[in-house]
Amino acid sequence: MNNPLALVGRATLSLFGLAGRLTVFAGNCLQHIVRPPIYFGLIGRQMIAIGYFSLPVVGLTAVFTGMVLALQIYIGSSRFNAESAVATIVVIGITRELGPVLSGLMVAGRVSAAMAAELGTMRVTEQIDALTTLSTNPFKYLMAPRLIAATLTMPLLVFVADIIGVMGGYLVGTAKLGFNYGSYLKSTVDYLEPMDVISGLVKAAVFGFLLALMGCYHGYYSKGGAQGVGAATTNAVVSASVLILAANYLITELFFTS
Amino acid sequence: MTTAKLKLEGVAKHFGHKKVLDGIDLEVGRGESVVVIGGSGTGKSVMLKCVLGLIHPDRGQILVDGENVVGLRGSAKEEYLSKFGMLFQGSALFDSLRVWENVAFGLIQGRGMKRKAAKDIAIEKLGRVGLKADVGELSPSELSGGMQKRVALARAIATEPEIIFFDEPTTGLDPIMADVINDLIVECVKDLGASTLTITHDMASARKIADRLAMIYKGHIIWCGHKDQIDNSGNAYVDQFIHGRADGPITMDVLKP
Repeated sequence: MNNPLALVGRATLSLFGLAGRLTVFAGNCLQHIVRPPIYFGLIGRQMIAIGYFSLPVVGLTAVFTGMVLALQIYIGSSRFNAESAVATIVVIGITRELGPVLSGLMVAGRVSAAMAAELGTMRVTEQIDALTTLSTNPFKYLMAPRLIAATLTMPLLVFVADIIGVMGGYLVGTAKLGFNYGSYLKSTVDYLEPMDVISGLVKAAVFGFLLALMGCYHGYYSKGGAQGVGAATTNAVVSASVLILAANYLITELFFTS
Repeated sequence: MTTAKLKLEGVAKHFGHKKVLDGIDLEVGRGESVVVIGGSGTGKSVMLKCVLGLIHPDRGQILVDGENVVGLRGSAKEEYLSKFGMLFQGSALFDSLRVWENVAFGLIQGRGMKRKAAKDIAIEKLGRVGLKADVGELSPSELSGGMQKRVALARAIATEPEIIFFDEPTTGLDPIMADVINDLIVECVKDLGASTLTITHDMASARKIADRLAMIYKGHIIWCGHKDQIDNSGNAYVDQFIHGRADGPITMDVLKP
C-alpha cells in the first residue's frame, strides 16, 4: 500500500486522467462556442460580470504596480545613470507583462472562483441535470457564454489596466522623482512599439479563456456538497493562476524570441 | 400488442466495485403511473438518471416507444429529452432566474418559443398548481419548500411532456403539503395523459399516485404488481418495507455498541 512505485504510478495515472478529462471538456466547450445558437444575451451579462465589475480591482492593481515600477526602476537605473529610461521601461513592463499577468491573476481570483462556486452549486443541487432534462445543453448554455465573454473582455480590461498603470508611473515619475511632464510622456510614447501592446492583449485573451475554462471545469465536476464546492473554488483559482503564469512564458517565447 | 411507452431491459450500472443496478427490468405503459419504492441507496435515482441519459448504463437497453435510446447524443438526445418532464427531489430550480422563467425555461430554450407566449403559459401552469401570477415574479429563494415543489411541478408539466419522472416528490414536506402535491400530481398527469415513473419511499404518496408499484432492492426489481396487491404481495421484503419494520430480510448496516 505504501510502495513508493505504486504511489508514483497512481499519481501519474491521476495526472493523465485529469489532462484527458480537461482536454475533452475544453474540446466540448470549443465545439459549442463556434456552433450556433449563440446566446448573445448571456454573453453580454457575463461580460458585465467579468469586465465591468472587475474594473475597480484591476484598476487599483494597475495604478499601484505602475507607481512601484517607476520607483524601483528609478532606484535601479540611477546606479548606472540611466534614470531617463524610467518612462520607457515602465510602459514596456506594463504593456508586455505586468498589465496582462497581474490583471489575469486578479480576475482569476475573482471570476474563476465565482464561476466555480456558481456552477458547483448548480451541480450539487441538480440544476445542471435539470438543464439537461429541459433539452438544453449545459456546455452551450453555461460554459460557452462564460468562455466567450472572458476571452473578449480580458483584452479590454488589460487595455484599461495598461493606461492606468502607465498613469501610475507618470504620477510617481513627475510628482516624486522630478521628471518633466512633457518629456516623461514623450519617452513613454516614442519608444513604445505596437507589438508591445498587441502581445499583451493577445496574452489577455488567452488568460481570459484559461481562467474561465478553469472556473467552468472545476465547477462542472464538483461534487460532495458545500465542501466539494469549496474545493472546486480553490482548485479553480490555483489552477487558473498556474496556467496563466505558464501560458505567459509560452506566449512571450512565441512573440519575442526568433 | 401495444408497445410500452418506456421499457428497461437488463439495465446495469456500477460505480467502482459497487453494483448499483444489476439488471433492472421495468415497463411503463401509455398513460400509466408506475411507482418504484425502495430504501435509500438502492439505485432508484440512478435508474431515472440512466433513462434521462445523465448517467450511461454499463449494459442493458432503455426503450422509449420501442426505440433504444442508450448512447444518444447531440440533437438526437435533446429531441428525445423533449418527451420528458422531471420533478427533482430538491426541486432544482434555477436560482438565477425568476419563478416564471423557471417554468417557461423548457419552452423558451428547448422549444424556441417567444418569451411573451412562454410567460403566458408559465403563469397558466403556475395557476394549475395553485400559485398566483405574482409568484411568477419572485426568485425561487423567496419561496417555501412546498411552493418550490409546486413550481418544480409546474416546470415539469409546462412543455406537456409524454413521460414525467417524479424523484421523491414529497420528501421534506409536511404531511398535508405532501398530500397536496400528491393530488396535484394525480390531477396534472390525468389532464396530460402522460406516462409517469415515480420513485419514493413515502408509502402514502406511492399508494395515491400509483397504478402499479414495483420494489427495487440491491439493484433488482424484486416485486411488481397492481397497487391493490401490495398488501398481499407474499414478498417478505415488500412486507417489511411497506410496514417500516426494522426486523426482516432487509438488514441495515448499523454499528451496534
